Amino acid sequence: MKPYFHSVTLDREKCKGCTNCIKRCPTEAIRVRDGKAKIIKERCIDCGECIRVCPYHAKKATTDDFDRIFDFKYRIALVAPAMYAQFKDKPDVNAILTGVKALGFDDVFEVARAAELVTAATKELMPADASRPLISSACPAVMRLIRVRFPDLIPNVVPLLAPIELGAWLAKERAIIATGLNPAEIGVFFITPCAAKVTSAYVPIGVESSLVDGCIAMKDMYLRLLPAMKRLTRYENLATAGLEGIAWAKNGGEGSALNSERYIAVDGIWNVIKVLEEVENGKIDDIVFVEASACVGGCVGGPLTVENAFVAKTRIQSVLENTSLAPSPYLWSDEIKNAVKWRKPVEFAPVMTLDGDMVKAMRKLEHLEAIYEQLPRLDCGSCGAPSCHALAEDIVRGFARETDCVFKLRERVKHLAMEMVELEGQGFGQGNKTPKQS
Amino acid sequence: MDNKIILSYEIDGGNFSGAGEASSSVKKVLKQLGVDSDIIRRVVISMYEAEINAVIHAGGGRAEVEISPDKIYVKFTDDGPGIADVQQAMREGFSTASQKIREMGFGAGMGLPNIKSYTDEIRITSDVGKGTVVEMVVYLQEPVQK
Repeated sequence: MKPYFHSVTLDREKCKGCTNCIKRCPTEAIRVRDGKAKIIKERCIDCGECIRVCPYHAKKATTDDFDRIFDFKYRIALVAPAMYAQFKDKPDVNAILTGVKALGFDDVFEVARAAELVTAATKELMPADASRPLISSACPAVMRLIRVRFPDLIPNVVPLLAPIELGAWLAKERAIIATGLNPAEIGVFFITPCAAKVTSAYVPIGVESSLVDGCIAMKDMYLRLLPAMKRLTRYENLATAGLEGIAWAKNGGEGSALNSERYIAVDGIWNVIKVLEEVENGKIDDIVFVEASACVGGCVGGPLTVENAFVAKTRIQSVLENTSLAPSPYLWSDEIKNAVKWRKPVEFAPVMTLDGDMVKAMRKLEHLEAIYEQLPRLDCGSCGAPSCHALAEDIVRGFARETDCVFKLRERVKHLAMEMVELEGQGFGQGNKTPKQS
Repeated sequence: MDNKIILSYEIDGGNFSGAGEASSSVKKVLKQLGVDSDIIRRVVISMYEAEINAVIHAGGGRAEVEISPDKIYVKFTDDGPGIADVQQAMREGFSTASQKIREMGFGAGMGLPNIKSYTDEIRITSDVGKGTVVEMVVYLQEPVQK
């Protein structure tokens, strides 16, 4: 797989080259160049902020086409609990799961069940008293944020697979036993609420390669599912996940399942950044667990969902009221205990560093600050960079010029015009300096 | 160029929420320079403690940071009341902070001891009635990244 696959991509046709996305990107990963936005792939964390903010819908999440499921002999749908919040009339989990199956899947697997197991594994890792809290690894956008901006926090991240990846493993194992098929003939498709999870299916965190074979956008699924559910005459009894797992759909669910009062649940990528900064500075020391979701509301607030995040949160609540604290049908076996662990450490991606050599980096920083001093500091974005400081950084890195700044350019033009006037005053251009003809 | 970056900050006295601005800004710079994250943490925590001290005891002050490839030197200067007995002030739990300050959760007497444990060198020069200078050094053993 390509080292920098991203679900979040640009539709060049639709992009007007405005400054909305560059300003909202939490990792300053977008520039406008030649009138079109350009995503810096090393920096993008697939949080989807640009998708939400683009008025022209030029930012999109690449997901798999539904018909790809038919490339596989045996098809499993991994259904995230956020899906249960999308339907107005029927927050009945069995109706949803039966409907999904009716669309062409042989089996469905509730990601909420895997979430319960991740909760159990997290409980075992909880420190009695930590100077710094554990940080959830469930949100892939937050994980990528930590990787590029908070290297110091990597040791604090819960070294466990996200429920989707564990769910894919459990579902595939079950299918191999039940069908006797070759694993390559079994396709596991995740119904995704966000772009970051698609990226994780292609470039996963904590494992070499993901067992998820494809991701279908929740909103695409919704359109197929709604009529399919209406056609159902009876529902299969497929819902087995309990309260704790389903609650993961909204921010606060993962933390509350840990049986500790000392957790915080933060949502929205900018709030997450603030909290992580405080954790990094050692200011949050009375908290043992930080649940962080890039999307406001948690997964129900994902950019690929249908329902408003706040309505969806209430709906999840009503699903929970109709659910018992069902024990997961899985035994907490050693095999699962092993399967849920990261098999590959998460490494710092120093994309914000100016140079690998500190002396060179220092020189660049000095140069950067000197350029910044001369810029207007209006952060207007007209140069295509999100701020004057970002432009100064781009200039130092060799990706931009000072005259990309419209104010600098105007100054320069004025200067040139004055020089021309001066030259004219000296008699240039009036023919009296032409070499004498002999 | 003499391979040094000098940064300076004014610390606004009487503003607790503003304390931490200098250390946050230094953190950003050190990250851009690719300084090891453990070293960044030590510098930032020490600076934050010193900033709080300047706010609590001296009504503000100035911080000067000198970054070189081998070490980070930070100097806090204030025009506060000074420290009568520096050795005593370095003891864990010793504090002259007022009741009001303690009610706000500060003044536990851990500021200077924390700085001492996080830095490689600390030097305090104080003149009662004139002010205090706190200097600290953190060495960069492995200057850059992986």
